[in-house]
Amino acid sequence: MNFDFSDEQKQMRDAARKFLTEKCPPKAVREVLDGKATYDKALWTGLAEMGFLGVAIPEEFGGAGAGHLELCVIAEEMGRALAPVPFASTVYLAAEALLLAGSDAQKQKWLPKIASGEAIGTLALFEGKGNPSPQAIKLSASGGTLNGVKKPVPDGAIADFAIVAARTGSTGRDADISLFLVDLKAGGVEVRSLTNIDPTHGQAELTFKNCKAEPLGAAGDGWSILTQVLDRAAVLVAFEQVGGSDRALEMGRDYALDRIAFGRPIGSFQAVKHILADMYVSATLARSNCYYGAWALSTNASELPEAAAAARISATQAFQHCSKNNIQVHGGMGFTWEFDCHMYYRRANATAVTLGSLSYWEDQLIDRMRKKNAA
Amino acid sequence: MNFDDTPQEAEFRATARKWVAANAPKEFEEELSKSSLGRIRLAKHDMVEVGKTWQKKKAEGGWACLHWPKEYGGRGATPIEKVIWQQEEGVYGKLTQPFQIGEGMCGPTVMAFGTEDAKRRYLPKLASGEEIWCQLFSEPAGGSDVAGLRTRAEKQGDNWVINGQKIWTSGAHYSDYGLLITRTDPNVPKHKGLTMFFLDMKSKGVEVRPIKQANGMQEFNEVYFTDVVIPDSQRLGAVGDGWSVSLTTLMNERMSIGSRLATGLPEMFEFCSNLMTDDGLAIDDPATRSKLASWAVKASGLKYTSYRAISALSKGERPGPENSIGKLVSGTMLQDIATYAMDLEGASGALTGLDEETASGQFQQMLLSSPSMRIAGGTDEILRNIIAERVLGLPGDIRVDKDVPFNKIPTKGR
Repeated sequence: MNFDFSDEQKQMRDAARKFLTEKCPPKAVREVLDGKATYDKALWTGLAEMGFLGVAIPEEFGGAGAGHLELCVIAEEMGRALAPVPFASTVYLAAEALLLAGSDAQKQKWLPKIASGEAIGTLALFEGKGNPSPQAIKLSASGGTLNGVKKPVPDGAIADFAIVAARTGSTGRDADISLFLVDLKAGGVEVRSLTNIDPTHGQAELTFKNCKAEPLGAAGDGWSILTQVLDRAAVLVAFEQVGGSDRALEMGRDYALDRIAFGRPIGSFQAVKHILADMYVSATLARSNCYYGAWALSTNASELPEAAAAARISATQAFQHCSKNNIQVHGGMGFTWEFDCHMYYRRANATAVTLGSLSYWEDQLIDRMRKKNAA
Repeated sequence: MNFDDTPQEAEFRATARKWVAANAPKEFEEELSKSSLGRIRLAKHDMVEVGKTWQKKKAEGGWACLHWPKEYGGRGATPIEKVIWQQEEGVYGKLTQPFQIGEGMCGPTVMAFGTEDAKRRYLPKLASGEEIWCQLFSEPAGGSDVAGLRTRAEKQGDNWVINGQKIWTSGAHYSDYGLLITRTDPNVPKHKGLTMFFLDMKSKGVEVRPIKQANGMQEFNEVYFTDVVIPDSQRLGAVGDGWSVSLTTLMNERMSIGSRLATGLPEMFEFCSNLMTDDGLAIDDPATRSKLASWAVKASGLKYTSYRAISALSKGERPGPENSIGKLVSGTMLQDIATYAMDLEGASGALTGLDEETASGQFQQMLLSSPSMRIAGGTDEILRNIIAERVLGLPGDIRVDKDVPFNKIPTKGR
């Protein structure tokens, strides 16, 4: 059994950590947090130069052609550093949708630009409150034009193109949904930035008015493609969540060693130790579930739907648990703007609901386990 | 990343599988498969006797304590081969329960500190199950605080005379030998005055009394020592070094990778899939689904954490500290699952008859037994301290009794 990343993949993780430690310190994250920039453009260019944006994109489309295990280790580091760039929307959502369902021309047009950092992509799925479901998609498509409103769209205000889920039928079945690719710079889309709890990742409302769009994948295949894209993105986002969990745990541990109260380091009190031990437990469970998700993703295994849901749930719980208790260990200082604890807390709770919330994935996991048990 | 055996591992697995297929006591397969929670009862046979027969057969075939050296009854196998064997032994591994303390804790301690004569005399019989060993550490005044133990050993000529009491000794009633930690010097701080021995459990002055537990069963014992004589040749390690010897024993306990910890998840998933409530199947209820999903990712998290440790063994590396979370996670989970299963049954949830309701009383039994899972072998709180101090590197608590002679430490409050 070799249920671990290879030495080369671990080297790539080290390289990504070194790069991000240097190029993405908390100070850089705060530039975006404080609204001085919409995202870190220099970091985005640097990620392209390192080959990280196209790590899982085949060489024929301008990528490094490495694979998804390599993308997983980079994702972990992106989460750890709270990188304020549209990595998840562009790489996990848009690029994965193109790879799964794009025509050769679509791939040729967009994937090289993703890899080089020239194009930011996103997925426009949600239309207000609620979790992913075909019934919730009202935006209509007819004759190659789209009409309707999508919100929230991750990184929608800075994206160059979007994969848009649209209604093309009214039979009440999954086949009513089709996907479209929209060049957001070509007109027909009104963009409005939305405020959200994690300003280091923007959210937007996109209003489509007789907007020209080209189909992505076959008509009626939209929901099936979306399900696969969400599963793949769930594993990758889960790695970001694990990276964030580990960092929050380290911050709490370091503070507990450093902070003296009642004449001793607070980390010598059992009440504090047990908080940190429980953080370690949740982060460890999440990491192990994520490794299984990584295996399923990289081999396109039939176990992917169940593995992705488990990784997503476990990593969401761990990041929420670690980031809130990191604040608790820090006490009052943890609740200041100056300390970085709140940046992890914001990211953890924003990430917990993008791609569908915890209760959605819990529901998915149970459905998928039942299917497996029945088979 | 893959789950495949290396060619050598595959060959070893095939050999093990073939041997198990040819030799295992298949007449017990069904009964063993059904018993969960590490609690094994065979309707018409004595567990220990059936276990001894299986262990003897394994020893003759070279499959007992297989990571031990051959001269002491093992096979000289690698750690990963031991894990593969456990996987192939499957449900029959449950029969080895009476020997696990000997194999996992007493044997390694004798191996590390015993004389060559002692190792050759005792280890092969321990490995073959002909002689069963128990571990005599905990005391009424020394549970989590093991070093607070009070059982005295006093030197008389070439012998030691033991007086005192141990508690929570699993299997003492059927054990032949015991690993015993005692206090030999009460005038020095508590960790410094301890010495380790092994003894014949049939020695004069040893009295084993079963403890009736909170769940109504009797698996543990109290062991009383009245002027029990142990020859100095049965001392393990130097006089006063008992604490560091005991750490060897306890370290071995925590290295048991690939062992199967029950979580209750498979039983609960099946129960919820079949239980009809007033609002339909339990598993269709959103609140139940949410709980099930949280338990499911804990169970899968533990499974894949152990796979990570196995992978390290396969590469010849030392596994990381991740495996230390196992009992901490599974103990609470068993208790929570049992409580919720009873909740789903409504008023009938309190009934315990085997013929009651769909789950034939298994969750009620789980409920009553689960408190011990959070205490035995290190309480949840001690395990959290271990993670915090040894994994995360936090400082130890301030110990008010650390530098005080043992006989000056207060024994009651106020």
